Amino acid sequence: MKSLAELDKLREKLQEEMRLREGKEDVKVVVTMGTCGIASGAREVLTAILEEISKRGLKGVTVTQTGCAGLCHCEPLVEVERPGRDKVTYGHVDEKKAREIVVSHLVNGQIIKEWTIK
Amino acid sequence: MELYRAHVLVCAGAGCISSGCQAVKSALEESIDRLGLKREVKVVETGCMGPCDLGPVIVVYPEGVFYRQLKPADAVEIAEEHLLKGRVVERLLYKAPENGKTAVTSDQIDFFKKQTRIALRNTGIINPESVEEYIARDGYRALGKVLTTMTPQEVIECIKKSGLRGRGGAGFPTGLKWEFSAKAPGKPRYVVCNADEGDPGAFMDRSILEGDPHSVLEAMAICGYAIGSNQGYVYVRAEYPLAVQRLSLAIEKAREYGLLGENIFGTGFSFDVEIRVGAGAFVCGEETALLASIEGRRGEPRPRPPFPAQEGLWGKPTVINNVETWANIPPIILKGPEWFASIGTEKSKGTKVFALAGKVNNTGLVEVPMGTTLREIIFDIGGGIPGGKQFKAAQTGGPSGGCIPARYLDVPVDYESLTRLGAIMGSGGLIIMDEDTCMVDLARFFLEFVQDESCGKCSPCRIGTKRMLEIVERITRGEGRDGDIELLEELGHGIKSSALCGLGQTAPNPVLSTIRHFRDEYEAHIYHKKCPAGVCRALMVYAIDEEKCNGCGRCALVCPAGAVYGEKKKPHRIDLEKCLRCGTCMEKCKFGAIYTI
Repeated sequence: MKSLAELDKLREKLQEEMRLREGKEDVKVVVTMGTCGIASGAREVLTAILEEISKRGLKGVTVTQTGCAGLCHCEPLVEVERPGRDKVTYGHVDEKKAREIVVSHLVNGQIIKEWTIK
Repeated sequence: MELYRAHVLVCAGAGCISSGCQAVKSALEESIDRLGLKREVKVVETGCMGPCDLGPVIVVYPEGVFYRQLKPADAVEIAEEHLLKGRVVERLLYKAPENGKTAVTSDQIDFFKKQTRIALRNTGIINPESVEEYIARDGYRALGKVLTTMTPQEVIECIKKSGLRGRGGAGFPTGLKWEFSAKAPGKPRYVVCNADEGDPGAFMDRSILEGDPHSVLEAMAICGYAIGSNQGYVYVRAEYPLAVQRLSLAIEKAREYGLLGENIFGTGFSFDVEIRVGAGAFVCGEETALLASIEGRRGEPRPRPPFPAQEGLWGKPTVINNVETWANIPPIILKGPEWFASIGTEKSKGTKVFALAGKVNNTGLVEVPMGTTLREIIFDIGGGIPGGKQFKAAQTGGPSGGCIPARYLDVPVDYESLTRLGAIMGSGGLIIMDEDTCMVDLARFFLEFVQDESCGKCSPCRIGTKRMLEIVERITRGEGRDGDIELLEELGHGIKSSALCGLGQTAPNPVLSTIRHFRDEYEAHIYHKKCPAGVCRALMVYAIDEEKCNGCGRCALVCPAGAVYGEKKKPHRIDLEKCLRCGTCMEKCKFGAIYTI
């Protein structure tokens, strides 16, 4: 460690990994993973989202899962929740779409309307 | 850096290790592997989370779901249900003993909710073997701040202003201690961490070393800068192998990152730490004996002054603080002395960690602001006394401390108030006793302990405590004599004023404080030959309730002395001449027919 600035840089990087344990108000990406979701590929979707977030060094995003939302015919579902805003739900998500949701919605703040379900 | 969607924190404090957390962790990891979740879920071993009686415990983040008393099979279920399908396993959640209410996350549990964690800020949250996780939680930033923006004098002023006092027992102002060393002539100077925690029932220092070792190292380096020292020693007992192991690893990692060693943060300041393992003599927790032991001499105390701050290790100025004191230093530097001084009471600032043990529902580690009442600690956080029994007294400060009876439950706990009650803060052991505890027997236990641990260098401690023990033992045997209480008091005060070191000077405290608050129990033993709590066996008289006894003969069968007699199917009797007072008959009676008088 050559300087305090170096420590601060390292700390910022490491804090992202520890965020999960802080219970902060985060952007939440929820993948529904009931039997229906998993059968239609939710696991691959989740991995893709994690990878994409990691690759882009995105901060303040919690990725988590939940059970069946009752919309089994639209699985895999991905929900994006920003504090203070309405929840956005995407249906029929695959790996490719998942990566695009990260780029468009999480990075640029653009909701991809045609993939959302009401 | 790896991003995960969930972190599973497995408590690996010594308490959870002994209740089998390693098997739980393996089961969890195997299941995660089998279910293909390895890329998504990270398993982290942490230091003690505090609620030791609930172990093994795990916490699943980001939700913060708290699971307790797990077996390996439960871990498999958590992996399959919670981690794979996102369904919380209700059955394994914590239920409050008083109302059966289920808590999902730890912040819904009173035990956690009512605590303020400064010294324990990282224990149970970070992986103690990862310096990275410590850095992520602002670790080593205080050291960086001190080295790059503060003068040594400013550091000392900051600690003085915070009002921090030594957490090892005596409560000496920490900043003042540092100042004495900084001003003392003589070089080199040394920084020492006293991790020779020896009080029966106390384990907070161990938990900090096991759960957050870097906080101690960072604080020692800060002190090194403040007093102009380049070398620190941690004196830790060999009975704490896990603490030694994690501390060694922490030193190694800190050196790798250049946070210990030469030219830290490019400022030209160098500081390193070495471990000295003690053989587990209680007296080595006394600072002068500890220094002797580090130097390789026999662990015996010497008279003070000169104090170690002036003439310590190898005759050089030395700052000795205990583990918990050190753990408070980095947050004081980062958040400022005013913040720290705003917590606690007028003369006792900050928080205190207590090791709750004995007859209390939630045993474990708790950290509360100074000035919290005993009632809050024992009943709100500790969950009260098990089995609907009555609270009788709390013992603080181990063999140097004393008892606080129930009528003082609402006294705010700080250094001064405890001293006024004839107890001491001590290192934070807090043993709770219910109506079944005999206070004379308790005093006997602590006397036996100090007799065992007395180094023998000075006669008041070596001989005086022996004589006191003999008297107390005689009382518990039912051979107490008129004048014994007064003799104990006289001896006790004599030893207090003439013993060489802290061990001897405080050794009579458990006797004196039990006499002060429970004199009637001593009198019952001596004059009425009775033990009101029913503990001292020699004073017990066993009898059989003829109404309840159906003459099954079980008691007669198990009696080793053949003292129980009677015809089959008819009420039995006990021959008191033959009775050894072992209590086996009472234990074995299925009808509750045998009682003591």
